[in-house]
Amino acid sequence: MTAIAQTIARPWTSPTLGGITVVVALAAILQLSIDAGLVPDIVVARPLDALAAIGPLNRDMDLVGNFFLTFGMTFAAVALAIAIGVPLGYLLYRYDILGQAYESWLAAAFSAPIVLLYPLFLVIIGRSHLTLVAMAFIPCVIPIIIQTRQGLLSTPPTHINVGRSFNLSERDMFWKIMLPAAVPSMFTGMRIGVMYALVTIVAIEYLIDFGGLGRIVSEMYFRFDIPGTYASILFVVFVSILFYASLNRIEKWLRPI
Amino acid sequence: MAEAHLTASSGARAPSWTWTPNRIRLVTVIAAIALWEAMSRSGLFYRDVMPSTLSILMAVYAELTSMAFYGHLWMTFSAVAVGFVVGSLLGNAAAIVLGSRPFLRAAAEPYINAIGSTPKVIFLPIIFLIFGIGIESKMAKGALSGFFPTVFSATAGVLMMNPVLVRVGRSFNLTRWQMLSKIYLPAMVNPIIVGLRLGLAIVIISVLIAELKFSQAGLGFQLAQYYESFRIAPMYAMIVIIFALAALANWGMTMLQQRANRHLSAGDRKAAVGGLSVN
Repeated sequence: MTAIAQTIARPWTSPTLGGITVVVALAAILQLSIDAGLVPDIVVARPLDALAAIGPLNRDMDLVGNFFLTFGMTFAAVALAIAIGVPLGYLLYRYDILGQAYESWLAAAFSAPIVLLYPLFLVIIGRSHLTLVAMAFIPCVIPIIIQTRQGLLSTPPTHINVGRSFNLSERDMFWKIMLPAAVPSMFTGMRIGVMYALVTIVAIEYLIDFGGLGRIVSEMYFRFDIPGTYASILFVVFVSILFYASLNRIEKWLRPI
Repeated sequence: MAEAHLTASSGARAPSWTWTPNRIRLVTVIAAIALWEAMSRSGLFYRDVMPSTLSILMAVYAELTSMAFYGHLWMTFSAVAVGFVVGSLLGNAAAIVLGSRPFLRAAAEPYINAIGSTPKVIFLPIIFLIFGIGIESKMAKGALSGFFPTVFSATAGVLMMNPVLVRVGRSFNLTRWQMLSKIYLPAMVNPIIVGLRLGLAIVIISVLIAELKFSQAGLGFQLAQYYESFRIAPMYAMIVIIFALAALANWGMTMLQQRANRHLSAGDRKAAVGGLSVN
């Protein structure tokens, strides 16, 4: 009896189990409501149907291949943003007047609706993967530039004094003192940049029916395949969680305190 | 010449002309316009792909003097306003509940983080299925997008609150409503405003994106129409207007934030501004 009571009480003592229990219970209620006709199945897919649709969706639409396509474009945009953003961040740190002039512009640009520039890119570059990479590059590079500058600016003075007491050259000072001190802040910029690159690529894929995962969601909706639409959305959520969790883990590893 | 000599000989005197951030910005704007104009006239792009700045300015004027523009503006404004109010109210209410109940927070956090980091545009098909393709779906998408920045910022605000304040409230036997209005909300003014500022920017983007596809009105819809009919100068004009309006909204929220933080010291004010955040 005690064992049964403990099993029943367990979800309410562990937050993780509690969260999973609530999600499963909500899914079960939704399933039953749709079966009972309380919620129309042309609006909401049965949770079990959506899960079952992932297999056929993978066969029809090559989910894994499209995941790698979206991932590849995100990776290209991020690599380009790091290659350009880190030197630019350093430039804005090295020449403080430039930093003062442009940092507020960069922050303003970051909250601007950059995705809406896609017609401009389509007109200039055309409907290609390069457009997606170029569009994702912009929101990705901005936080990298800002966080690189901020990281370099916030190097502890003690570290700089230690470097000076060792008579380090300016070059060594940068590579051995400034850059390692700025890495956690730079990584925060990269984490934000990666998430924005992914969001932008998926959004534009959805909007222009071109590319990887976003296009699949759009196509499933266009076919009015309700379980397929929900399955594809679940898959994109899963991919985002994967990105988010991996980046958080790397950031914690880089910033142990 | 004599002036140059004077400046050189009196070392302590400041040079007559130096680069200042504002001068750099001005030069950048002029250089960007000159570069655009040069590219427009270079013949490197198809005709009309890069119209001259003058034709874009004329298209901006034509847009601002047309009645149809204000109809679209009103639709976008309504969707942004409703989405922002609903999303931020729900976000702040959820933050107070989550911030003050550690068990609930630990249980809900992974799911909120997961959906918060997902591109909200992919939920549009579900929103269309539930709300149709009218303005209601744009409002719903705005509310969904506005919820996350506010909940993240305000939850952090509750967690960073001085626990003494909560204990003082409890020792006075305050009711739940009094705790909320006299303790939690006054202590959370800054994180709430940071969340609202980030939230408004995201709601604007979110509504405009929702208007691009399966839509009948709004600035985003008009932009997509111009693109699809290859009316390039009006398309650029619409982008310029949208960016200016978004910047205006962001500036307004920044002013509101500065007003709320006017009692803080300069250093605290800078720290309270709230940086870039994907969440």
